[in-house]
Amino acid sequence: MNNQLDEIFAPFTGKSEELIPVLQAVQGEYGYLSDETMGEIARFTGVPGSRVYGVATFYSQFRFTPVGETHICVCRGTACHVRGSGKILENIEGLLGIKNGEVTDDLKYSIDTLACIGACGIAPCVVVNDKVNAKMTPNKVREILNRDKGL
Amino acid sequence: MKKISCYIDDIRIETPEGVTILELARANGIYIPTLCYHPDISPSGNCRLCIVEIEGRRGQHISCMTRVEDGMRIRTDSQEIAEIRRVTLELIHANHTQDCTSCSSNNNCQLQEVTAYIGVNEERLNKLRRTRPLLKIDDSNPFFNLDHNKCITCGICIRTCDEVAGVNALDYSFRGFATVVSTFGDKPIKESVCESCGECVVRCPVGALYVKETVIPAREVKTVCAYCGVGCNIYLGVRDNKIVSVRGDRESIVNKGRLCVKGRFGYSFVDHPERLTSPLIKSNSSFKEISWDEALDIIADKFSKNQGRKFAALSSAKATNEDNYIIQKFTRAVMGTNNIDHCARLCHAPTVSGLVQSFGSGAMTNSIDEFTSAKTIFSIGSNTTVAHPIIGLHVKEAKRKGAKIIVANPKEIDLCRFADIFIQHYPGTDVVLLMGMMKVIADEGLEDKKFLEDRCEGFDELLNCLGDYDLENVSRITGVDTEKIRQAARLYATNTPSSLIYAMGITQHSHGTDNVLAVSNIALLTGNVGKESSGVNPLRGQNNVQGACDMGGLPNVFPGYQSVTDPDKIEKFEKAWSARLDRQEGLTHTEYFTEIGKGNIKTLYQVGENPVLSEADANHVKKALEKLDFFVVQDIFLTETAQYADIVLPACSFAEKDGTFTNTERRVQRVRKAVNPPGEAMEDWRITCEIARRMGAEGFDFESVDDIVREINSLTPSYAGITYDRIEKEGLQWPCPDRKHPGTKYLHREKFAGSTGKGRLFPLLYKASVELPDTEFPLLLTTDRSLYHYHTSTMTGRVRGLKDIEGTEYLRINPEDARKMGVNEGEMVSVKSRRGKLKVKVNINRSCPEGVASLTFHFPETPTNELTICAVDPVSKIPETKVCAVNVEKTEL
Repeated sequence: MNNQLDEIFAPFTGKSEELIPVLQAVQGEYGYLSDETMGEIARFTGVPGSRVYGVATFYSQFRFTPVGETHICVCRGTACHVRGSGKILENIEGLLGIKNGEVTDDLKYSIDTLACIGACGIAPCVVVNDKVNAKMTPNKVREILNRDKGL
Repeated sequence: MKKISCYIDDIRIETPEGVTILELARANGIYIPTLCYHPDISPSGNCRLCIVEIEGRRGQHISCMTRVEDGMRIRTDSQEIAEIRRVTLELIHANHTQDCTSCSSNNNCQLQEVTAYIGVNEERLNKLRRTRPLLKIDDSNPFFNLDHNKCITCGICIRTCDEVAGVNALDYSFRGFATVVSTFGDKPIKESVCESCGECVVRCPVGALYVKETVIPAREVKTVCAYCGVGCNIYLGVRDNKIVSVRGDRESIVNKGRLCVKGRFGYSFVDHPERLTSPLIKSNSSFKEISWDEALDIIADKFSKNQGRKFAALSSAKATNEDNYIIQKFTRAVMGTNNIDHCARLCHAPTVSGLVQSFGSGAMTNSIDEFTSAKTIFSIGSNTTVAHPIIGLHVKEAKRKGAKIIVANPKEIDLCRFADIFIQHYPGTDVVLLMGMMKVIADEGLEDKKFLEDRCEGFDELLNCLGDYDLENVSRITGVDTEKIRQAARLYATNTPSSLIYAMGITQHSHGTDNVLAVSNIALLTGNVGKESSGVNPLRGQNNVQGACDMGGLPNVFPGYQSVTDPDKIEKFEKAWSARLDRQEGLTHTEYFTEIGKGNIKTLYQVGENPVLSEADANHVKKALEKLDFFVVQDIFLTETAQYADIVLPACSFAEKDGTFTNTERRVQRVRKAVNPPGEAMEDWRITCEIARRMGAEGFDFESVDDIVREINSLTPSYAGITYDRIEKEGLQWPCPDRKHPGTKYLHREKFAGSTGKGRLFPLLYKASVELPDTEFPLLLTTDRSLYHYHTSTMTGRVRGLKDIEGTEYLRINPEDARKMGVNEGEMVSVKSRRGKLKVKVNINRSCPEGVASLTFHFPETPTNELTICAVDPVSKIPETKVCAVNVEKTEL
């Protein structure tokens, strides 16, 4: 892992003001920020670990659990909410046996929510690995997941 | 500094420039409510309660962040201010648990104080109340808890951990309503980098960070911490003859209120159930209690039959000056021998022998407080933040003020986080490294020519010798890049005042005296000694090791370093003590055990020491102790060494007696009795006096420590002016030759203390350590310390919280070595040297370079010193505890 991190750090100089770009670069590579990578970032930038964690948790763009192979984002914006995205989320949680923000033990699936992807016309939306699925229903959720599972 | 004037609430106040409105108001007795301000740390302006109005400026201003300007007119209160403050305060209360009566900070809470001043509207408050469930209290730390529900997110703990402690265990995490003070990864405090110093707890304005089982003391006693040589001033809180609290003395120049984990939380050993309460005698290999009369009679009888050089005494660097004075007086005047030594032999003997040759006096040249004004601090062979935590804080403070830090250490120690240059040299190559630096200094003409001319001798000899230190060669031997050596040399020589710190990494070698001379050489060469914030500073280990040396607990000197072979001094002491004294120097600590082995020493009287664990090659010590005819141990616990005793005498701990300790900066400070001793335990000096009297000796009829101090004053020139009434509030630094003398802040100001008055430079040759790794024993073992334990952990091992944090020994090895040996983290290995063998778990750690492993000697079940080598420095007789060769193999549990 260290070699990979060294590669990610290579374009940076190790100054404390580079903290956020470094966090972004590491998340870009690993999909999330682990305690180990944040520890190395602290070492590299000279910023205390507690502060690295404080900065990372302040911004919603950073996540601290790995994303699954299939990353499911349920839009919880107003339009989607009105059209039942809450139920959709519950449904997905039920099917995968994990909660919002979690990942399955086999790292196959993870669930997240976001606030409005700007596709209110086709609400409720679920983004699966960057692909937007429109006008979702519990049945369609099952279909997508089954298709993904190769069933 | 320019004076300006302003008006606060129409009162005209004059002040120097640069102060904030809040500071000025406080200094003039004008109250401005605040929750996030603390005088020790920088202001953050986040509680928004200290707002004031300034005439001619719009709105309100944060008084803790606004500097006073000339002619400013400031109002600390108004209708509008009151309203804003009330709303702000209500919002804080809305998120704060309201259980004041059961809160440990009740009556000592700034939120209560501020609320009383501002007032809140109960009805509005009820509407604002937060409904989220209570967060779990973090009770992972053994000494204190963190209750987020009481936290007002003022950030004082965060800034304290950053600015005061330099640890940065805490910061804000998450956002908005969810914001909490948390550790890295929001883990329990115990799993974080927190060092449990408790500085945050002391400063928490509410009850969010609080000491477990807080008990308010009935009275407080000012005394001195009993752990390391820094000599922090503390107040012991006492209730029902128990120590229930400890706080640092903010008035003290030594620690300014700050304490480390041991000093703040490490005193439960005092009333530990295993304390010795009665004299014990060994019969059939077990101990049974006897009366003081019986014990003292037996001892007096046995000692009487073994006077002269068959007798040897070990006094204690943990005991007071008064105790040490009496023990050496007893040994010399009653037992008729100079066989008196103590554990300084194992730590700073080369400092005394080395610095006496070069400077004329073997003590820290500067005061602790001067570190913060140094421009360069060079720490070599000292794990400063671990072994002398409060001096570590001074170094960190210097760094914050812009000083450059050079760390030279075989291990990547904690202080390296603050280092501008980190030199990781191979253990035992200090002379080469320092001589290499001196070569750079001389080659580049950076030496202090005037200082060398006026105040030193021996420069030419040194210069000749430096020719042998080719920098490429130096780099090969030390394993340090030549450029790094150059940079460090330039920095130390030119960015002055430079202060040098060293400790066991320099002294505990078979060439320890040479190491010390190398250190004094570089200071003399660059003129970095005899000035404020500039000097050579050996950090002494034990709380009173400086005092034990000063009091003559050494085989070659009377109190005040007066030679035992100088006829004038002999006459002086014979007259004062009405006794015939030994003309010959006594044996040293390390020699005792060889001589016992040979049958030349038959009786040993040992006070407060534990050589079975602390002496190098401990197995030879054990064998020797078994050979003794008669062995008396005087201690507070039945130590590993006490097991070998014929009679064990119960002594008082530091909290149970009056006297003085002399800290590492030569400051003689008052120790005061806080609690009664357990059972029949007695002060060390009283016990020794009792033995002396039973042997028919005169001059031991002391009623109290005051009488002893008077005798010390009369016989010890450097202590002549140090009386109890003068050190009631603040200690005095020797030399202090008379009652009018203010004490000596730093040594060698105008001339050096030696007979010629000049500093002496010495040409030095590189001598390799006696036992280096080979094919059979391929790893180099070095010894170091833990922050959480002290020495052989006789005291810290009996403090539950310290054991909770660090309960066992680990062999620290480099990941590469671990890979070669095929061991994983936490696995058991056997460590073997030519002298002993032990089993220990492995901690894979980047702090050790490849080929070097380290152990502490804090844990009785892992007796590290059974591995170390007793190869001694020919001058000072210190054993080489820092370097030996070992073989490490994976083994079963």
